Amino acid sequence: MTFDTIAMQVFNGLSLFTVLVLMALGLAIVFGLMGVINMAHGELMAMGAYATYATAALFERFFPSLMGIYFLVGIVVAFVVTFVFGYALERGLIRFLYKRPLDTMLATWGLGLILQQLFRSVFGPREVGVPTERWLEGAWHITGSISLPLGRIFIIGLTIVVSATVYLLLFRSRWGLRIRAVTQNRDMSGAAGINTARVDAVTFAFGCGLAGIAGSSFTMLASTGPTTGQQYVVDTFIVVVFGGVDSLLGTFLSAFLISQQQSGLELFLTGSMAKAAMLLMVIVVLYFRPNGLFAMRVRR
Amino acid sequence: MTKTIRRRQILKGSALTAAGLGLAPLMRPRKAAAAEPIKVGILHSLTGTIAIAEASVVDAEKLAIEEINGRGGVMGRKIEPITEDGASDWPTFAEKARKLLDRDGVACIFGCYTSASRKAVLPVMEKSKGLLYYPTYYEGLEQSPNIMYTAQEATQSVIAAVDWLAKNRGKTFFLIGSDYIWPRTTNKIAKPTIAKVGGKVVGEDYFPLGHIEFSSVINKIKASKAEVILSTVVGGSNVAFYKQLAAAGITGKSQALLALAVSEEELSGIGPENAAGFLSCMGYFQSVKEPANEKFVKAFKAKYGAKRVTGDTLECGYTSVYLWKLAAEKAGSFDVPKVVAASSELAWDAPEGKIKFHKSNHHLWKHARIGEFGKDGQVKILYESPLIEPNPFPKIL
Repeated sequence: MTFDTIAMQVFNGLSLFTVLVLMALGLAIVFGLMGVINMAHGELMAMGAYATYATAALFERFFPSLMGIYFLVGIVVAFVVTFVFGYALERGLIRFLYKRPLDTMLATWGLGLILQQLFRSVFGPREVGVPTERWLEGAWHITGSISLPLGRIFIIGLTIVVSATVYLLLFRSRWGLRIRAVTQNRDMSGAAGINTARVDAVTFAFGCGLAGIAGSSFTMLASTGPTTGQQYVVDTFIVVVFGGVDSLLGTFLSAFLISQQQSGLELFLTGSMAKAAMLLMVIVVLYFRPNGLFAMRVRR
Repeated sequence: MTKTIRRRQILKGSALTAAGLGLAPLMRPRKAAAAEPIKVGILHSLTGTIAIAEASVVDAEKLAIEEINGRGGVMGRKIEPITEDGASDWPTFAEKARKLLDRDGVACIFGCYTSASRKAVLPVMEKSKGLLYYPTYYEGLEQSPNIMYTAQEATQSVIAAVDWLAKNRGKTFFLIGSDYIWPRTTNKIAKPTIAKVGGKVVGEDYFPLGHIEFSSVINKIKASKAEVILSTVVGGSNVAFYKQLAAAGITGKSQALLALAVSEEELSGIGPENAAGFLSCMGYFQSVKEPANEKFVKAFKAKYGAKRVTGDTLECGYTSVYLWKLAAEKAGSFDVPKVVAASSELAWDAPEGKIKFHKSNHHLWKHARIGEFGKDGQVKILYESPLIEPNPFPKIL
């Protein structure tokens, strides 16, 4: 094992960490803070990815000279589309199911299936890919065998920006204060003059928008198909549940642990075995700490 | 009170319906056999995950049927295709196969893509004495009296690929694949073959279907200094795999990559720019120079649009229909045992060149072709093997 291999491995682990964080942040808000088990979360990521794909197609058609920045626009479009969809979803469906978590699961699962078929009808059953931006192609060569792919560096940067924004919004803004108040004590917040219904809708939509950003950035790594969401949603739930559902910090730490273990083990085991080992760790930890690794509160 | 009456009514109603369904075929007046079209089944996934790959095989099979009908059909009878959707769900495949055989009475079925769907359909075919033409390259290890296999079994591609790679690209191999039966069987055949040509396996790795994170294994591949990467990664994972390879600077020049499961069709999803420079081994490419292929590609594009491409499975589906027609004509009957018997050593000038059925094992003698992907998504053929004998049960396993 040379130094170069180890250096690359550290980078790979870091990269996987940011991918997982990006995936899980939206769900951490929707599931963790609001308690909505959104089985269609993966489809929202796919929606973000398709929004980016559509943006790319539009730019190619109408503004070919601006292709260099379509991806940045695509991320914004993905956020807006999924945010609006999430808002409508909360108003039209989720809000009637707040007190019925099992029904929420079923309803959102069904919604996921509907969305999958919708993607299939609109974009076709074939997987689609977006063109890679010139400035994200290739890698940053540090030495002969250490080269850091630019796309990954971009995702790391994007995750930092998104995480910082989430932190500022939740813990340093008026809106975040309201969300935390509502999740801690809905009745008291209502009595104190907070429009809880509105806070719910915006929070849910924001979580969906984050899923859209995640889906959008993953178009750089993989292609998008109608069932892409299903591939992401399991990992997403694992990260959130493993970290402790109601702890945002836990989501980060759990993403870090899982990614380091996964990418480290892949070096010594086959990919499938590494995944199995990771799931085994999750099972063992959840057996002893059913509320998740970093659950802060025990009393409910 | 009302409850019992209702139940009785329902029972009565359903009994009548069942009787009606059972009687319906008997009551239909029999027309003269010559004018009546002959029914065949088409059974692929039109919805669900595998629809990506299967939907276009249906297009090719329908094209062949249309062509045959345009020239007067089979023994004077037009072919009437009945299309059923397997919905990427294996029990559904079995159920629809049963429906096609028992209810519609089809003469044969063209269908299935994954081995799992074929394995689900197999007992139905054997029980109802049906006939299935299976158009996908697969791992071998099967030979049903009621199935004709019209694509490559594993030895027909992997042995040719390993031989060629060892001669032309290098002798240290890294094997990477998706984690299910086809890649694992293929690599089981590949390993003794690599040893035989004096090569060495320096790494072997499998990933769950749909996996998109390949950076660690790419790191391993780099560290292993393998000259050749032999890939049996399937489906959407390939996009991630190729994009990440390109970003890591593996472009097929210093380390060659040969894919056993990527045809021109999959390439449109992967993005040709991500795969350019990589190699592929298949029985057929759109760029095959054969008069029959020029005709096939032209007809396919005329019917489905100039942007569509043909590929291996698609061509095998098209060929299947013709092979069934020829066998039926040779036998002078649509009877399954007679058609099967007539298929022995049956030859045809397919788009992929002259092929013929094996004397007894229901597989085809086929060419293996190795080509390089270009930026236009087409394949430049570098090597073409002579006809290879099918060997679905290789001794090395």
